[in-house]
Amino acid sequence: MLDVTVSSTAPTVRAPANDEPLLVAENLGKSYGRLAACRDVSFELYSGEVLAIVGESGSGKSTLLQMLSGQLTPGTGSVSYRMRDGVTRNLAEMGEAERRFLFRTDWGFVHQDPAMGLRMAVSAGANVGERLMAVGQNHYGKIRDTATSWLERVEISADRIDDAPRTYSGGMRQRLQIARNLVTEPRLVFMDEPTGGLDVSVQARLLDMMRTLVSELGLSAIVVTHDLAVARLLSHRVMVMQGGRVIETGLTDQVLDDPREPYTQLLVSSILPA
Amino acid sequence: MIQMIDIRNAEKTFVMHLQGGISLPVVRNVSFHVAPGECVVLSGPSGAGKSSILKMIFGNYRCDGGVIGVRHKGDVVDIATAEPRQVLNVRRDTIGYVSQFLRAVPRVAAIDVVAEPLLAAGVVREEAQARAGVLLRRLNIPERLWKLPPSTFSGGEQQRVNIARGFISDLPILLLDEPTASLDAANRAMVVELVAEKKRAGVAMVAIVHDDEVRHLIADRLVDVTSFAAAAA
Ligand SMILES: Nc1ncnc2c1ncn2[C@@H]1O[C@H](COP(=O)(O)OP(=O)(O)OP(=O)(O)O)[C@@H](O)[C@H]1O
Ligand SMILES: Nc1ncnc2c1ncn2[C@@H]1O[C@H](COP(=O)(O)OP(=O)(O)OP(=O)(O)O)[C@@H](O)[C@H]1O
Ligand SMILES: [Mg+2]
Ligand SMILES: [Mg+2]
Repeated sequence: MLDVTVSSTAPTVRAPANDEPLLVAENLGKSYGRLAACRDVSFELYSGEVLAIVGESGSGKSTLLQMLSGQLTPGTGSVSYRMRDGVTRNLAEMGEAERRFLFRTDWGFVHQDPAMGLRMAVSAGANVGERLMAVGQNHYGKIRDTATSWLERVEISADRIDDAPRTYSGGMRQRLQIARNLVTEPRLVFMDEPTGGLDVSVQARLLDMMRTLVSELGLSAIVVTHDLAVARLLSHRVMVMQGGRVIETGLTDQVLDDPREPYTQLLVSSILPA
Repeated sequence: MIQMIDIRNAEKTFVMHLQGGISLPVVRNVSFHVAPGECVVLSGPSGAGKSSILKMIFGNYRCDGGVIGVRHKGDVVDIATAEPRQVLNVRRDTIGYVSQFLRAVPRVAAIDVVAEPLLAAGVVREEAQARAGVLLRRLNIPERLWKLPPSTFSGGEQQRVNIARGFISDLPILLLDEPTASLDAANRAMVVELVAEKKRAGVAMVAIVHDDEVRHLIADRLVDVTSFAAAAA
C-alpha cells in the first residue's frame, strides 16, 4: 500500500464534451460450470471518467474487464461503445476484425505483467511503433520520432529506444507498455492491476505518471486494482466486487471514506490482506 | 434572497458493521442556509458532527435523509441524491473544500498542487502558476519550497499549501474545515484577509474554526451543531 490519505485527488473531469456514455455495460455475467465468476453487472462510463474496480482475489474483476474489452464473450448481457464517429455499437454485433481494430487503436489494455502486453524480444521503439502502423502510419522516420517522444513522456531515456524490453527493469517495462498503448491516442484504456508486482517507490512514480497522462489526454479508463490507494489516486468512481457481484458503487472518496456495506468496511479498514 | 446552500432536515448515521452493526447517529434535522458573500460558522464541541456536515455538503459523506440544495450554474442540485458525475461537476465548478490536512499527492510540486484547480478550470499553465505563486507568497511559503512536493513540509507549511489550493479558484462556494488550526498569528491574519476577499467576491462559505478570535473576525452567523446532535440522541 502506498502511504496516501487523500480525498478527491483524482484528476478533475473536464467539462463533458458529450452527454452520451462512452461505454455501457448491461447485465453482464459469466459462469464457468457452476461458478458464477461475474453476474449482473451494469454501469455507464462517461468520457474522461476513471472507474476503479476493487475487490478480493477471485471476485470476478478480471473476468469483468475481459468482457468489457471484448476479449471474452459474455455469458449474459452486453457491452456497447460509442465509436469515434459518435455511433454507439454493441460489441457482440461487431465483426472480429473490427473489434480487433478497435482494440489496437481507440482502446488500450495495460496488463499487470508487461510481458503479456509487450513483445519482449523486439526493440522498445518497435513496440511503440507497431501500434502506429496499425493505424496506417508507414513513414519510418515519423514513427521513430513519435516513439521517441512517447518514451520521453513516460520517462524512458531516448537512448534506450533500440533495446528490447527484456533488458528493462519492471517499472520501465510497465511504463513502456503504457507508452505503447497511448501512442494511438486511445479514448479508453483498460488496466488490470497496473502497479501490481512493482515495489512501492516504483509504484508511486508510475501512479503519478498515469494520473498526469489521464488528465492531460482526457482519457477514460477502467482500472482493476486490489490497492485502494491506487483507486483513491486515479479514479473518480469505484465499484466494489465480491463473489462475482458489484456490492457497492459510488464516488471514490465517498465509498472509501463512508463505506456502507460490511465487506467494503472490512476492505477499507485494511483488516483484509491486500 | 437566493441561497447558495440550502440544507433541510439532513441527517447522518454511521452503521459500523465491524462493531456488530451498531448504529451511530451523528446529526439529524440539519437545516440552515448560506447566502452569497456570507460566512456561516458551525460551532459545537468535538464530535458534534461539524466536519461530517461539511463532508456531506461536499458529497464526501453520504446523506441519509433530507435535502442538501446547492446552487450550481443557475440550477439547484441536491447533493444528497445527485449522481457521482454530477457531484464531480459541482466540485469542479461550484464547491471548493479546504480540509483540515493537506491531501498530498506524491511527486507533485507545491506550486502545481496549488495551481491544479485553475488548470482544471481551463486556465493556461503560466497564469495558473503565477497566481499560485502570488498566494504562496502571501501565505509566507518561501520560494525555494515551491518546486518541492509538500510531503516533506512541516504541518503548518502543508496547511498553508492546502489553503492556497482552496482559495485559488473562483468557485462560488467554499467549505473550510479548521483552516487556521496549525498556523501562527501572521498566517492566521492572512487567512482572515483571504476570507474577507472571498466575501467581497460574493462567495458563500461554511467554516469550522476553533480559534475564538478568528471566528469572531470571519463569522457573519453561527450555526450551533449541538442542536442537530441533540435531536439525534
Ligand atoms: N477460464 C476460467 N475457467 C474457470 N474458472 C475461471 C476462469 N477464469 C476465471 N475463473 C474463475 O472465476 C473467478 C473469478 O476470477 P477472476 O480472474 O475474474 O478474479 P479476480 O477478481 O480478477 O481475481 P484476482 O484479484 O486474483 O486477479 C475465480 O474463481 C476464477 O477461478
Ligand atoms: N467515516 C466515519 N465513520 C464512522 N464514524 C465517523 C466517521 N466520521 C465521523 N464519525 C463520527 O461522527 C461523529 C462526528 O464526527 P465529526 O468529525 O463530524 O465531528 P466534529 O464536530 O468535526 O469534531 P471535531 O471538532 O473534533 O473535529 C464522531 O463521533 C465521529 O467519530
Ligand atoms: Mg484478476
Ligand atoms: Mg472536525
